[in-house]
Amino acid sequence: MQELLQHLINALILGSTYALLGIGLTLIFGIMRVVNFTHGELYAFGAYAIFFLESSLGVNFFAAIVIAVVAGCALGALIEYVLLRPLQTADIDTTMLVMIGAWIVMQNTELLYWGGVSKAVPTPFPEEPLQLGPVFVSWLRIFVLIVGTALIIGTYLLIDHTKLGKAMRATFQDPATAALMGVNIKGIYTATFALGSGLAAAAGALLGPVFLVTPTMGDLASLKAFAIVILGGLGNITGATLGGFILAFVEELGAGYISSGYRDAMGFLIIIVVMLFRPTGLFRQAERIG
Amino acid sequence: MTTRIAPLAWLVLLFTVPLWLRDPYYLHVAITTAIFIIAAMSLNLLLGYTGQLSLGHVAFFGIGAYASALTTLGFEITLPGGWQLTHEPWPPIVGFPISVIVAGLCGYVIGKLSFKVRGAYFVIVTISFAEVTRLVALNWVELTQGPLALNNIPPYGIWLPGLGVYDFWDKTAYFYLVAVVAAVSYLIIRRLVNSRVGRAMVALKDNESLAVSVGIDVTHYLVLAAVVSAAMAGAAGSLYAHYVKIIDPDIFLFIYTVTMVIMVITGGKGTLAGPIVGGIIFGFLPVILRSFASPAVQWIIYGALMIIIVFVLPQGIVPAVERFFERRRARAAAAAPNPDAVER
Repeated sequence: MQELLQHLINALILGSTYALLGIGLTLIFGIMRVVNFTHGELYAFGAYAIFFLESSLGVNFFAAIVIAVVAGCALGALIEYVLLRPLQTADIDTTMLVMIGAWIVMQNTELLYWGGVSKAVPTPFPEEPLQLGPVFVSWLRIFVLIVGTALIIGTYLLIDHTKLGKAMRATFQDPATAALMGVNIKGIYTATFALGSGLAAAAGALLGPVFLVTPTMGDLASLKAFAIVILGGLGNITGATLGGFILAFVEELGAGYISSGYRDAMGFLIIIVVMLFRPTGLFRQAERIG
Repeated sequence: MTTRIAPLAWLVLLFTVPLWLRDPYYLHVAITTAIFIIAAMSLNLLLGYTGQLSLGHVAFFGIGAYASALTTLGFEITLPGGWQLTHEPWPPIVGFPISVIVAGLCGYVIGKLSFKVRGAYFVIVTISFAEVTRLVALNWVELTQGPLALNNIPPYGIWLPGLGVYDFWDKTAYFYLVAVVAAVSYLIIRRLVNSRVGRAMVALKDNESLAVSVGIDVTHYLVLAAVVSAAMAGAAGSLYAHYVKIIDPDIFLFIYTVTMVIMVITGGKGTLAGPIVGGIIFGFLPVILRSFASPAVQWIIYGALMIIIVFVLPQGIVPAVERFFERRRARAAAAAPNPDAVER
């Protein structure tokens, strides 16, 4: 029982960052129809940014997270502006190849600059974990959960209650009509990619200190984000949020009770199973595939 | 006339490579390049002719490599329920057809499942399959030795009349072996795409709804392409395993799929010569780059090249060259004076 509780609380914390990753990707995927292979690299970028700011520049931990997220947004906007804007009329396979190229460049730039050795990010939180009844939780993880949840709620508010969010939703439904109504589609695409990238960087900045920062950390993050998006359904933010938590619970329980070696396989098995039995995702009624 | 001579000239060029490429290092690069070209050609069948961006192709390459190595080395595993399954080592040459069959079967199953979805979903499902096979290879230690790798994979041996068993230890001999497999693969693909089957594939790439409406059984042809493609990649995997003689789960890394994709895209997807041209470029590029660039820099260059190719030559090199020559021929024909006028 105690073990199960511990797994559940770990999954809850992991799930909040997975949800951030998933929301970011589902926005990009849904609105822009771009399979964003750089998503995981933005996640790695967030983690490296906080490491670099703290270790090399001596920036405060909390300020470093904010800067990492803002830098992630800026990098995302740059990628969109340089690589995707000229390809707006191209088909999905073409943009996918360009994103794969960008992913390779980004990952190896990180490898070149920071080397292949894993980095640990120092945090201001006490080592002593908090005891909640029978389970132990580190202060850092509590912080991750709080910030992650806050960012999820913030994204919801942005999408549901601002003019930008309204324009995004309109573009998602029908770009041509949205353009006719005066929505600046190009601007929306850039904003969407920047927002999605910022969320990925936030997930990286939050999880980087929990785990270690390595150049290849982005690979699995990209693929897990895909799993979350597929689980939740294309462009479905609530689906991505729930998908993030579901993936975290499946991984955590699978690793705990089946085999820890197959922890990372859970996401892929979810993708395969969902695609075969419910290709529209768990939470969506009808969406044409393709 | 030229259509008869050209293939022969290419064959002669291919089979004289060991004669003018004497340096063992270059020969080694030529062998691995040829193996990757076989894999890229098989990927091109899916990517170029049926238009399905399969990004799990390395799974079949790796499955072929593991199937061949395990056939040769033997294994002993415990199945659920306490059953013992023991496989005694078989001669390495048997591993080759077995890898083709096993990879082909996997292609059938994965194809049947994956072709239920299209576009972005198909891509992600195929990546997932490849990652799952990698994690199985990593974690099923009893069968695959996991990260410890399968070592000392013996070379192929063939029985020659009068000579006894000949083992392929020699690089030159191995090059010829790979070249023969590559040439056969090329011929199979050429035969396939120039047949009714190939036309059906191209039809459904161009317009799937239209192809269905005229009675083409889409899933049937897609699965057929997947089986041939997977079997061929499996053959390449077997050749690779018996050449490098050690394989570990890293053979399934996504980066190898990306390498094959870059080869096909650069050369020209949907053309017979495309994967060969792209394969030679990206097979030998490391030789040039390694003198001044670390592996990370090499990969940065690859990634940048991939982006540039998509922007500048979206169809790839081969179609671009063909168009160039066609245009020149047309211009020459237009510029040439009327033959009657020359008479006077």
